[in-house]
Amino acid sequence: MKHLLSAADLTVDEIVAILDLSDEMALVNQRENRKLPTLRNKTVVNLFFEDSTRTRISFEIAAKRLSADLINFSAKGSSVSKGESLKDTVQTLAASGVDAFVVRHSASGAPFNLAHRGWIDTPIINAGDGTHEHPTQALLDAMTIRERIFGLGNTKGKTLNGIRVMIVGDIAHSRVARSNFHLLTTLGAEVHLVAPPTLMPGGFGIHKHYDFDDALQSVKPDVVMMLRVQLERMSASFFPSESEYHRTWGLTSERFYRLDEKTSIMHPGPMNRGLEISSIAADSAQSTILQQVANGINVRMAVLYSLISGEKVVSE
Amino acid sequence: MGTRTVLSSDDINRAITRIAHEILEANRGVEDLVILGIPTRGVVLAERIAQIIRRTGTAMPADFLGRLDITMYRDDLHRNPTREVTQTTIPSGGIDDKVVVLVDDVLYSGRTIRAALDALNAYGRPKAVRLAVLVDRGHRELPIRADYVGKNLPTAREERIMVHLDPIDNEDAVVISQ
Repeated sequence: MKHLLSAADLTVDEIVAILDLSDEMALVNQRENRKLPTLRNKTVVNLFFEDSTRTRISFEIAAKRLSADLINFSAKGSSVSKGESLKDTVQTLAASGVDAFVVRHSASGAPFNLAHRGWIDTPIINAGDGTHEHPTQALLDAMTIRERIFGLGNTKGKTLNGIRVMIVGDIAHSRVARSNFHLLTTLGAEVHLVAPPTLMPGGFGIHKHYDFDDALQSVKPDVVMMLRVQLERMSASFFPSESEYHRTWGLTSERFYRLDEKTSIMHPGPMNRGLEISSIAADSAQSTILQQVANGINVRMAVLYSLISGEKVVSE
Repeated sequence: MGTRTVLSSDDINRAITRIAHEILEANRGVEDLVILGIPTRGVVLAERIAQIIRRTGTAMPADFLGRLDITMYRDDLHRNPTREVTQTTIPSGGIDDKVVVLVDDVLYSGRTIRAALDALNAYGRPKAVRLAVLVDRGHRELPIRADYVGKNLPTAREERIMVHLDPIDNEDAVVISQ
């Protein structure tokens, strides 16, 4: 594997291998001495053309735990604001000796272009591109689900065969939903989507629901994943008001109390409390939200190790 | 390409039994002892050594056997395709102030053991670290030696030593091929 561009590219075996390695990284992160010398001499650049705190910091911590040097590049305040193109920007950075680019961009497909246009020959990790994909988010979600379903220390080699996962909210604008749909489906999970008709995209399998309460009752999900309402990506009115969205599509306290107590509640963050999720649900023992943050570091360490620890992979 | 068997199953059993007794003797008991196998075949050897020590009737702490994966501490990662990382298990008492015996199948350049010493460092500060190997084939590239050796096998660099151990290889044998 040279790049990580899309969760849809990954096979079951590749995913399970990354998750198993992530479990080992989790044990490293529990040690008093959490530093590994593995990526000494490697340079990783966080190439962020779009705002992010948690993903950028998560990659930064992951790279540093593996002893790689990490450079943060953000488009704001760089030559990009003087009009430099994506191609010139990455070629300039690559010429200074970079072993991997972690790319976030508001344009879907930007990481794919960097990987395949022949501009540079550096491994690319997609850290979120437009409304397309966010594969490391799906990996950390899958790792978290495996831990919740099978228990810590009992996850090695496991898939998610037959696990019912319900993803709720703004599916259409969500790269988190897209990556999770592909990755969890490949792992054998049954992925159900719940959204208002205005926010439900075409494609994406057969389990689509337009009434949250009916869906909860008929599916009885093992996992409910609430998506952030991405007001910044909405140019039109997709729903009448925030309070109506909460009532109809949010994980309200009433819906939370009706869930089986084994059902895990996930959210990729940052949360809009009172919009897609109530505080009662977000702060409950069933919530995996902080576990997801911790696992973000584990899977990103695993991905960095998998892509750049070995000898250079020549592009096909 | 010729191959010849240099250690039979019986030879291997005798070597492991002797190493186990030497470890017991050197440590006058086992209170502070931790045995860590280095994957892949070092883990099997460590299990067998631990089994023999238990069988002597020596009072053992329940948890003194573990495994130490050294992959992420290697100095040649960038020269090979990506290597698989396997599990590390450290006994619950940790390794601080313990006598840690590292167990591996073949001692050659010494680089695996250097990596293992680095890895150990991340888990604590042992009172002492010892090394047990089934075969020492020479050609050291670092100032490292073994404390317990099953068999010294002078070899040429072109020769390959293959250690087969049950259950990984379904048989016990040490084979040299050219």
